This record gives sequence, structure tokens and C-alpha cells, in this order.
Amino acid sequence: MSGFTNHPDQDFGVRIHDALGDAELRESFHGAMTFLRDRRRAQFPDPEALETLRDSGAAIRDRALAQLPDLLEQLEDRCRHNGIQVHWAETAEDANRIITGLIRAVNGKRIVKGKSMATEEIGLNTALEAAGFTCLESDMGEYIVQQAHETPSHIIMPAIHRNKASIARQFAEQIPDTPYTEDVDELIGTGRRVLRRAFAEADVGISGVNFAVAETGTLCLVENEGNGRMSTTVPDTHIAVMGLEKVIEKLADLPDLMRLLPKSATGQAITTYVNMISGPRRDDESDGPRQVHLVLLDNGRSRIYADRQLRATLRCIRCGACMNHCPVYERLGGHAYGTVYPGPIGQVVMPQLFGLDHAGKLTQACSLNGACGEVCPVRIPLPDLIRRLRHEGVSTDPASPVRGHGRQRRFSEALIWRVWCFIHTRPPLYRLVTRVATRARHWLPPLPRAWTRHRAPLQPADRSFQEMMRHREDRRS
Amino acid sequence: MPGYCMNSPAIQRVYLFGTCLIDVFHPAAGLASVQLLEREGIEVVFPEEQTCCGQPPYNSGYDEEARAVARQVVRRFSESIPVIVPSGSCAGMLRQHYPSLLADGPLADAARDLAARTYELHEFLHRVLQVRWQDHGDPVKIVMHTSCSARREMGVREDGLALLRQLEGVEVCEPESAETCCGFGGTFAVKMSEISAAMATDKCRAVQATGADQLLSSDCGCLLNIDGMLRKQGAHLPAEHLAEFLWKRTGGDTP
Ligand code: SF4
Repeated sequence: MSGFTNHPDQDFGVRIHDALGDAELRESFHGAMTFLRDRRRAQFPDPEALETLRDSGAAIRDRALAQLPDLLEQLEDRCRHNGIQVHWAETAEDANRIITGLIRAVNGKRIVKGKSMATEEIGLNTALEAAGFTCLESDMGEYIVQQAHETPSHIIMPAIHRNKASIARQFAEQIPDTPYTEDVDELIGTGRRVLRRAFAEADVGISGVNFAVAETGTLCLVENEGNGRMSTTVPDTHIAVMGLEKVIEKLADLPDLMRLLPKSATGQAITTYVNMISGPRRDDESDGPRQVHLVLLDNGRSRIYADRQLRATLRCIRCGACMNHCPVYERLGGHAYGTVYPGPIGQVVMPQLFGLDHAGKLTQACSLNGACGEVCPVRIPLPDLIRRLRHEGVSTDPASPVRGHGRQRRFSEALIWRVWCFIHTRPPLYRLVTRVATRARHWLPPLPRAWTRHRAPLQPADRSFQEMMRHREDRRS
Repeated sequence: MPGYCMNSPAIQRVYLFGTCLIDVFHPAAGLASVQLLEREGIEVVFPEEQTCCGQPPYNSGYDEEARAVARQVVRRFSESIPVIVPSGSCAGMLRQHYPSLLADGPLADAARDLAARTYELHEFLHRVLQVRWQDHGDPVKIVMHTSCSARREMGVREDGLALLRQLEGVEVCEPESAETCCGFGGTFAVKMSEISAAMATDKCRAVQATGADQLLSSDCGCLLNIDGMLRKQGAHLPAEHLAEFLWKRTGGDTP
């Protein structure tokens, strides 16, 4: 079973090797990613309109980030006014402690949770278990993954690595009175029956937040199964957890972001449910939670915020399009990364959260082909950020803003680039080297096995281009 | 981004930036690039003092080493004439990355100026010179692999294809999932060799499935990667740089 770790670099190579060797897994991901890419493409038939919309998405997120401290204050103020209690959590531990405390305060016994990456990030389920609570995941994919003691392999589709048969087996084994069936509708029906019961009995519901509107103090949550609505309306207490970057300035910013998010994520024009939560049950209302809490999570975001270039990381609206289009993610699947956020955005976020000493190697699993940056609905320059983090990983600058900077630096590699630079900034020396390489092309030392294991050896031409050009000049004059 | 409204007859001289991979592995592609330009009446200036664009250390995070090489390029290609690069990825380095790489130094303006007059070879032939060619070869089916930098960073996929389509006897096709990276990625191919090989394997399969007689690309890195794997597999699908193919098909002779 794959799990998240605070040291994704450890055994990264082993996980890569295993993932690439797993034909079934690769088939699943190839099929699913192709499907999602096709669906997204069909939703954006006009490339020009898409680019305009992406401009708008990026501008909205940028504008929000530019005034982040003020907007957060305004959000807190408006939320309080609406009856939502706001809590600030600097670290994952703080957030877990706050949430556990809130559950204890209402004497919560049965907890359900809607899909939320922020709660995955802080490891809430584990923290709750340690405190003696069990928390049932209510998103079908999360439910499947939780029941199997796995972790999500995709930020939008947590169980995308699982096929029908394995889910059928799992349900038959783990849910009482469930016959084995591979019929998808029946499988979903089975899961739903369990979840419905849980919703009816739950006293605490936990959810994530897609956008929080500072102007009105509204929490926006999109989903497809209705489990988000159930988790946030049925239990007496609702606790929403959000990364503090998710705030937007005003309600008018929402339409364009909503035009981008579901289409980029699942290729849907709009999600089945769009929840706008503006507070607990009012006196004249007959349902809804009696308490609503909002936990604002920093967990390293302030540090990301402080760097002008890296700040773009925080524009992310967690749509997953970058992983759906990443040729590396498609071949590895999410678990190989060993991180809550896999794929390109994970390669950018995780090293910043955990430090380059623990997650810097992740940045190497990228050919810089640019497919992610091309689709990101808020124009995060993911390849540039990956390259920047590679730089910070080997940087000896003590002023580097990223934790664990320089820890990826290896003496041998640094030396190679030093020598490389020495040669390439001295054209006459460079010409000498290429002359030797072309003349001695049959006797050159072999290239690294990493290249030749899969490819025929490289052989220089018998004369370099520069040499050809010189001869040409000579003949002419 | 450079403008294409330039009056092409006014352009008399251009620089050629040869790239290090062409220099060592595909010199014929460099020569073909020169000849394709000269045939249009353009004088090609080829500064001898050139080596590499600096992309290998840049993509590995060694910015200082990349910067040293970039400075050299900016200084050597200082005359205000177009810089033609027969590679999407090296052209992308000059156009998209030099300005930020050199932003904080005395060459900031010069780097921006260089970026604005940098063209990928086929982009220049097609959009600026608007060449018209006659095909002189036998019927052949080719499969064109456009590199990710040519496609995304430079946006010149259409230019290579448009030039090929001028050739009557050439049937042009692209592999399935043409937009997917071939797995080269410079040092990525060595540092993450297993992932790179998995990507290259898929690309080779797609390229072969087209049933083409020949593989073309305008980026040497991709060519070395795909061709290297095809040869290792014993496949018979000769690979050539697009410029070389275009030169030969349109009546050019070998040097
Ligand atoms: S980085 Fe962009 S594409 Fe990736 S999840 Fe975030 S918003 Fe979506």
C-alpha cells in the first residue's frame, strides 16, 4: 500500500521502478488520463476564448494574492458576521489540534468528511484516529481508498488507480451482506447505502473549500455526488478546512473561476452540486448545521507567498489538469510520488512545504515538456517553477527562500557543470574538444548506461558543423 | 515575440546559431540550414565564437553556468539582424529564457533585443521569407515529430508542417499522441532514465505505427532519443533533421 510520507525522496527510484513495471496500473492511468484530456478538450472548443478565460482566471487569482492579508481579514470579519467561527492554524499540527478540540467540544461521535485535499495535507484522519475518533470519508473514491487503507492517487479522482474488479472484491469482503458484482451501478449503490446511513447519524461534518469570498463571507464548495452537501448540512456541526490562499475578492470573481474549474478538472460544464455556504442555520430555518467553523491553514504558505516568482504556486485552484496532461504522471500514477499532491503541482508544492532536502528529487521527474503549463487554468508557469526549484535545490546562496536549499547539490554534478562551463565559454577550447570528439568518434568512452541501456550508442559525425563551415569559407576565399 | 510584418526583401543578413548538438551530431542539418537561407538570397553570418545556448545547465538548476554561456551568445550575436536557430528548444532558450536569465545584469536590454529577433529556422522560412518550393524527390511518406519546445515554447509546429506540405511527393503524417513528449528532456534522459525510456518506447511505437518511410524532426535532441531507441530495437526507420530533408528534396545538392 502506498502512503504519504514526509520524505518523498526516499525510495523515489524504487517507487518509479515498481510503477513502470506495473502494466495494469499503467493501463488504468493511460485510459483515465486520455479520457479526461478528451473531455476537457471538448469543453473548450474555441482556443481563443479559452486563452482569454485563462487570462481572467490568472488575473483574478493574482489580484486576490496581491491583497491576501487584507482579504483574509475581510473574510474573517464577514464570516464572523455570518455566524461562521474562524480559526487560524499555522501548522498542520495546529489545524489538527483545533479540529479535534472542536469535535470534543460538541462531544462529536460520528464524523463524516467530504473530499478535501487540505485535510489530506494535514493528515487529519490519522490525527483523529490518534485522538480516538473515526472519520468516514464520504466521497465515493475517498471511501474506497480509505476502506483499503490507501491514499488518494489523484487530487480529483482519488481511486483512479483502482479497477472495477478490485473494488468489487473489496466491497464483497468488507461490507457485510454484499455479494460480489462488477456492475458499476450496483457497486455505487452499495457504497451509497453505507454512506447514507452514516450521513443520517453524523454529528460532525468536515469539508474542504474551493473558494472563499471575502466580500460576502461565503464558502464555495463544488462536487458531484452530493456528499459535500450532506456533510455540510446534515450534521449539527460543520468544520470547513481551507488553505489560506483560496480566498477571492468578490462574488463577481466566481463565475470565471467556475467556468474554468469543472471544465479543466473533469471536463464537465459545471459540477452537479455547487454549494454556497453562508453560515449556520438561522433561527427561522428548520435545517442546516447549528455551528459552522472555518479553519484557515497556513502550513508553509506564507513562506511561498514571500517569494515573487514562487507566489504563483498559490494561484492553484486544484483542478488536476496539470497531472492529467503530464506524460510522467500518466506513466507513474499518483502513488509513486509519495505525496499528497502528485504530478506537476505536487512537484512544485511539495518541495516548498517539506523542504528541498526531503522532496527536492521530485523536481527531477520532469522533462520540462510544458504540457502542464499549457493547460493550467490560472496560468501557473509550472515548468519555470520546477526549474526554479531545481536551481534552489543546488543553490549555495544562503538567502535562498526555500527550505532545504542546496541539499540536492552533489559535488560530482557541480563539477561537471563547472567543467562544461569552462569549455563552453572558451570557443577555441570548445573547437578543440569537438575536433577530438569527431576524430576519435570510434574510440570515445561509452555514454552512461542510463542512455545506452535503451538506445544505441551516440556517435559524433566525422566532422563538426563548425569545421564544415570553416572549410566552406576557405574554399570560397 | 518577434513580428512577422518585417518586409522580407529588406532582410539581407541573418545570423545562424548552429547549436551544439547539430555541431557534433548532425552537421549536415546545419549546412542545409545555411544553404536553405542562402538560396533565398540571404547572407548568413556564422560567428565562429559560438558553442551552446546554455540550456543543459539551465535546466539542471545551474543558473550561473548557464548565464556565463548566455552572456557570450548575447555579446557575439549583437548586430541587429535576425538570429536563426535550427532547433525549437535552443531557439526557445534564446527567446523565452535569456531575458529572465540575464534580467539583473548589464546585458538585460541586449538579451531582450536578442530574444525579439530570434527565430526557429522553419518559422523564419515559412512566415518571414514565405518560401515557395518545388519538390524534386520520389514519392515518400514521412512522419514528423515536432518537439515540445517547437510546439509550445515557440509555437512553430505549423511552420514545419506547412513547408513539408509544399512538397508534392511527400506524404506527411504525425504519430498518434503527437503532442506527447518523446522523453528526451536533456539530462532528464539520464537522471530519470527509466521514465524517459518508458516515454521514448511509446513514442517509437507511435512513430512506427504510421508506416512512414522516414522520421523527421527539427530538434536534434528528440532525434537522438527516438532514433537511438529505434536503432537499438533494430527498426529500419531512418531519421533526419527537417532542414536536411527539405534541402535535399528541393534540389539542393550535398556539399
Ligand atoms: S497547477 Fe494549475 S492545472 Fe495544476 S491543479 Fe493547480 S490550477 Fe490545476
